[in-house]
Amino acid sequence: MTLTLTLADWGSLFLHFISLSLLSVGGAITTAPDIHRYLVDETRWLSETQFTASIALAQGAPGPNVLFVALMGWNVGLNAGGGLAGGWAAISLALWGVFITMAGMLIPSCTLTFVATQWAHRNRDMLAVKAFKAGMAPIVIALLIATGWLLTGSHDNPARDWPLWLVAAATTLLVWKTKTHMLVLLAIGALLGALGWI
Amino acid sequence: MSQIPAAPSGLPMNAPRNKADLFISFTWLALQGFGGVLTVVQRVLVEEKKWLTQEQFVEDWAVAQILPGPNVVNLSLMLGGRFFGLTGALAALAGLLLAPTVLVLSLAAAVAGFAETPLAQGMLRGLGAVAAGLIAAVGIKLVMALDNNPMGRLTCMVLGSLTFVAIGLLRLPLAWVLLTLGPIASVWAAHCLKQRGDA
Repeated sequence: MTLTLTLADWGSLFLHFISLSLLSVGGAITTAPDIHRYLVDETRWLSETQFTASIALAQGAPGPNVLFVALMGWNVGLNAGGGLAGGWAAISLALWGVFITMAGMLIPSCTLTFVATQWAHRNRDMLAVKAFKAGMAPIVIALLIATGWLLTGSHDNPARDWPLWLVAAATTLLVWKTKTHMLVLLAIGALLGALGWI
Repeated sequence: MSQIPAAPSGLPMNAPRNKADLFISFTWLALQGFGGVLTVVQRVLVEEKKWLTQEQFVEDWAVAQILPGPNVVNLSLMLGGRFFGLTGALAALAGLLLAPTVLVLSLAAAVAGFAETPLAQGMLRGLGAVAAGLIAAVGIKLVMALDNNPMGRLTCMVLGSLTFVAIGLLRLPLAWVLLTLGPIASVWAAHCLKQRGDA
């Protein structure tokens, strides 16, 4: 996939991610549907396969899941430079794409977080701050459990997916009740998946 | 260091030694985070580093969750900023993002096309199941952190169950759930704090 991006195109890419940043409550992944609409459907700067692979790779590799944004920026830049065959020129464009998308995604939300939490920490004895933290505590704990549930529940074909549920449930029990290292569990999961057993 | 809150119930509290320590610790944390850093953040910051107690982690996580942006990114900014101000926040953020970005881009370049193969898809399926279990386990472990909650255990369980049903079963949008249950819970918590004489 090869395309030409003007300076104005890069500008609009940056502005699009800037505009999504403050909407990403619950994590950058909540903006994925809109990114798909913009990059795949509207501008066609990214192919469907590149979009899906970016999310899959960011989830499989270590690091925060927001790196799917970096991978999409990388692919847009690479497409603009004619793919990996384009050599260093293409790689420079790809890195530029990473910078544009990640800066856009992170600068607004990081600024808000830093300013708001510094304020909250200075005023941590204020009733409103204490009440907010205490009131939200049971909600965010339930959210974590619900996230684990949803990640498993999105595979909702019992006949095919029961081994996945079993692995998720076994992992929950092992982490809760034992000190088994997470990397061991992840390696076992990847191996079972690679063998096609789950 | 005077800003570090004292630990309740005499738990040992550590603090990052300097900004380099923050940077390296967050790099190490991020590189262990297969399937998302959420799976390791509680174990590293609370159980290994002891930079936060279980209760403090839940409080900070609540804030990180409700602000826009990736949760772990928000948490790194909060912790770094609390210990060392703006440069501390940037050091923690850089630690969280730098090495994993280099790694994931190298992977993308090296294995172009691999992610679509059945083998890779199978591995991701397996990793995803384990990651789901890890995240649920973190949530279950943190339920203990509610013991000292001013609202009391029963109210906490009701709020938690409502949240789980809304998000996990009814699949309502996160923003709606946070914007309805959040204010109700906070107002009730304020009432309870006043009753307890904490205000």
